[in-house]
Amino acid sequence: MADELAIVGKSLTKPDAFAKVSGQTRFADDLALPRMLFGRILRSPHPHARIVGVDTSRARALPGVLAVLTGDDLPIKFGILPVSQDEEALAREKVRYVGDPVAAVAATDEWIADEALDLIEVEFTQLPPIMSIEQAIAADAEPIHGASNVHKAVALEFGDTDEAMRAAQHVREDVVFFEGNTHLPMEQHAALAQYGADGKLTLWTSSQTPHYVHRALGKVLELPMSRIRVIATPNGGGFGGKSDIFSHELVAARLAIVTGRPVKITLTREEVFYAHRGRHPVLMRVKTGLTRDGRITAMQFRSFLDGGGYGSYGVASTYYTGALQATTYAIPRYRFEALRVFTNKPPCGPKRGHGTPQPRFALETHFDKVAEELGLDPVELRLRNLPRPDSRTVNWLRITSCGLEACINKVVEGSGFLERRRSMPRGRGLGFAVSSYLSGAGTAIYWNDMPHSEVQLKLDRNGGVALLCGAIDIGQGSDHILAAIVAEVLGVALEDIQLTTADTDLTPIDLGSYSSRVTFMAGNAAKAAAEKVRAQLFEAVARALPCDVDDLVARDRRIVRRNRPEEGVSFTQAVQLVEAGGGVVTATGSYTPPKLAGPYKGSGVGPSPAYSFSAAVVEVDCDVSTGEVRVPEVWIAHDIGRAINPVLVEGQVEGSVYMALGEALMEEQTFRLGLHKFPSLLEYKSPTALEAPVMHTYLVETIDREGPFGAKEAGQGPLLPVIPAVANAVYNALGVRIDEIPITPDKVLKAMADRSKRVGPASTPAFEFPPLIKAEIPEEWKGK
Amino acid sequence: MPIADRVAVRLRVNGEEMAVMVAPYKTLLEVLREDLGLTGTKHGCELGECSTCGVLVDGRPYLSCLAMPLDLEGREITTVEGMAHGSDPDPLQVAFAELGAAQCGYCTPAMLLTARALLDRDPHPTRDAIKEALSGVLCRCTGYLKIFEAVELAASRGRRHG
Repeated sequence: MADELAIVGKSLTKPDAFAKVSGQTRFADDLALPRMLFGRILRSPHPHARIVGVDTSRARALPGVLAVLTGDDLPIKFGILPVSQDEEALAREKVRYVGDPVAAVAATDEWIADEALDLIEVEFTQLPPIMSIEQAIAADAEPIHGASNVHKAVALEFGDTDEAMRAAQHVREDVVFFEGNTHLPMEQHAALAQYGADGKLTLWTSSQTPHYVHRALGKVLELPMSRIRVIATPNGGGFGGKSDIFSHELVAARLAIVTGRPVKITLTREEVFYAHRGRHPVLMRVKTGLTRDGRITAMQFRSFLDGGGYGSYGVASTYYTGALQATTYAIPRYRFEALRVFTNKPPCGPKRGHGTPQPRFALETHFDKVAEELGLDPVELRLRNLPRPDSRTVNWLRITSCGLEACINKVVEGSGFLERRRSMPRGRGLGFAVSSYLSGAGTAIYWNDMPHSEVQLKLDRNGGVALLCGAIDIGQGSDHILAAIVAEVLGVALEDIQLTTADTDLTPIDLGSYSSRVTFMAGNAAKAAAEKVRAQLFEAVARALPCDVDDLVARDRRIVRRNRPEEGVSFTQAVQLVEAGGGVVTATGSYTPPKLAGPYKGSGVGPSPAYSFSAAVVEVDCDVSTGEVRVPEVWIAHDIGRAINPVLVEGQVEGSVYMALGEALMEEQTFRLGLHKFPSLLEYKSPTALEAPVMHTYLVETIDREGPFGAKEAGQGPLLPVIPAVANAVYNALGVRIDEIPITPDKVLKAMADRSKRVGPASTPAFEFPPLIKAEIPEEWKGK
Repeated sequence: MPIADRVAVRLRVNGEEMAVMVAPYKTLLEVLREDLGLTGTKHGCELGECSTCGVLVDGRPYLSCLAMPLDLEGREITTVEGMAHGSDPDPLQVAFAELGAAQCGYCTPAMLLTARALLDRDPHPTRDAIKEALSGVLCRCTGYLKIFEAVELAASRGRRHG
């Protein structure tokens, strides 16, 4: 009994819940300081132009304006990836999208700041805008950066795919397109900077990655990082959209330094659309060879990413479009070619699922078609190609636990997919798809050998436990996960844990709330710290009782003998015993993922200490007269490893399904004459409460051997199968293939009217990829 | 604008009379957040598109980003800070906390107040009535399900005890 879990696995109320429901949570824009100024940023009205001159004299003369900045005030370039240091806080020579920051002001109120922006005169020479992949790679294209619009080109091969294709009994090829879309967090980004009389800069910011913001501030402001403190405020939604370094963070800091007063910049909703870093538009070609009975023998995959005006996470995004094909299917031979180009749009980056929803759409619709050609049901095709637990993929990704088969069975049985899909009335359909995702990127954004997550615990002689960690809660519940793990190990209550998070002065490093890494990595660090401090407690208690250390357990705020629970001391007494013996009772724990990268260039993107798996069945109800697609019901199963808090995991799964349905059916970030078509919450369509389907969520527990208490990720993976499942359901309902996301009514009507019964791209652009890097393949795949 | 052009605004917020001198073009949202320190009311667009700024005026949902304070003198304004009775949270607040209906928590104040107005009018709403009532408030985290369930849980528990 003593080893039963008391907190982990229970749907408890998270520590920050009551602050959130009472309006007490302080988001970045809720902060105000005495003498605070308001900052605003002037942005480019042109998609592509040279800056000839900036005249700020009239703005400076406006009463109430305390500072005006232009690019020359912040000349050092930055970027989230060391290989893409291509951004300026305020553009100096060129603007690269409508919304690119050009100048900034600080004033005593927002109206004066706005007025001052109108008084800044910028002279531009317009350049031809590059608004598509085809335009970007055209021979006579105006380069957006340097000499070419090719940002990254990748060509990798694992085994001889051409030979395997020739030997395949069945080969199919498809071309599909996934339009870009954005995160749309309800909270607009905001940052508040204060420069103290002691020369210390503090920045409060709505950021998923305060550690990287800290590094960028040090670089751009040329201040020692010890003189900069970054505090991430709880994020009012992130979804990847607050995991970059943003102009307004650097500008607020510089304005605070220049004026000697606190400066806050809160983006307007329109500016949030320009800050973007969202889903890349990706054009894809997938070709698979199979045996007659539906076993994959080879895959060749090509992706073309429309990156927008800057690099951002783009190099990683590019690799991610190819990395996880082989964690979802057992693929013996694999070729991956990818191209990311610059265009004159807001920069794309990581949105929930980072670079993988697009290929997932490609593969899952492709295999739906393959199954039909082979006379197999789509479920059987997946079951014949399952990745195996404790294996390595042909591109060297190490899979530990794998619950994909269990996920498939749950949704197939729950929905009655196999029986019902053959007898749906016209207009109604069922679609099925599967996916896998990382539990944290196995490599850091900047190369180093240090841990990815660290936790410090300090035990109070009155029984409280202070938990310090760099992780920031963005709504996913990371505060709860950390507190629950520590409370479980120490045998105390959740409310005994006091959290201090995401403060670079106080908390040890966590790399950030991105890549579904916090539960796995910070969770493991928290567990390690708690186990260390528990060992100190046990040692002191064992001496005091006396008894054997191995005989002790911690539970119900007591440390007692396992089989004689009446013999023991309270948790508080145990802390006091340790403190009496050696002072402050503290311990640290850290987590460094195992080195899992394969023996080839580009192997750093894709490895993760564990992968989650998901399967979905989606039911659609299509209006054959309007083309509108509604989703009344969704069945989703997710291999979570272990649910540390099931209600929070369900929330992540349901939120992922919701976001996926928005992307599948309505959300798109598109442009006309260089201008964003819908930079507002009204026109950028996203699902409301009325569109919420009935959802059946199944959590599959595989107890991963390296996850904290066996846990894996939940925040991103469950989004992935839903989008292609919608597309497959539309085919089941209407017999049309919409090979282009989003599946809007106009496309459905067009496909129904067209003889091809399809809407989608016909081909991919002619582009000469670099010579293939032919990687060694793991032993287990040789000869297969 | 010059300070001399500010106007006196008297508002009744969460049962308390409050008076401030503000620029006459400031919205209720801005006055609540910036002049009265009630930052529980959030903003998502300031154009009346997302309802994140929702408060109650005389018990009915109201977009504070489109409301002018001078028009609301004498009316009863309720913000999220006014939902609890003393330190006793509203049953909706408890249900939202228990069921994980507040993920990032940013739309939560408006969602709670809109749900409060619904339950005051219809103490046992159907799922469809809940969807309809909350359809103007955008949430990007939850997929809305936990929110519907929390409203139903609060409804099943009845009005606040005190």
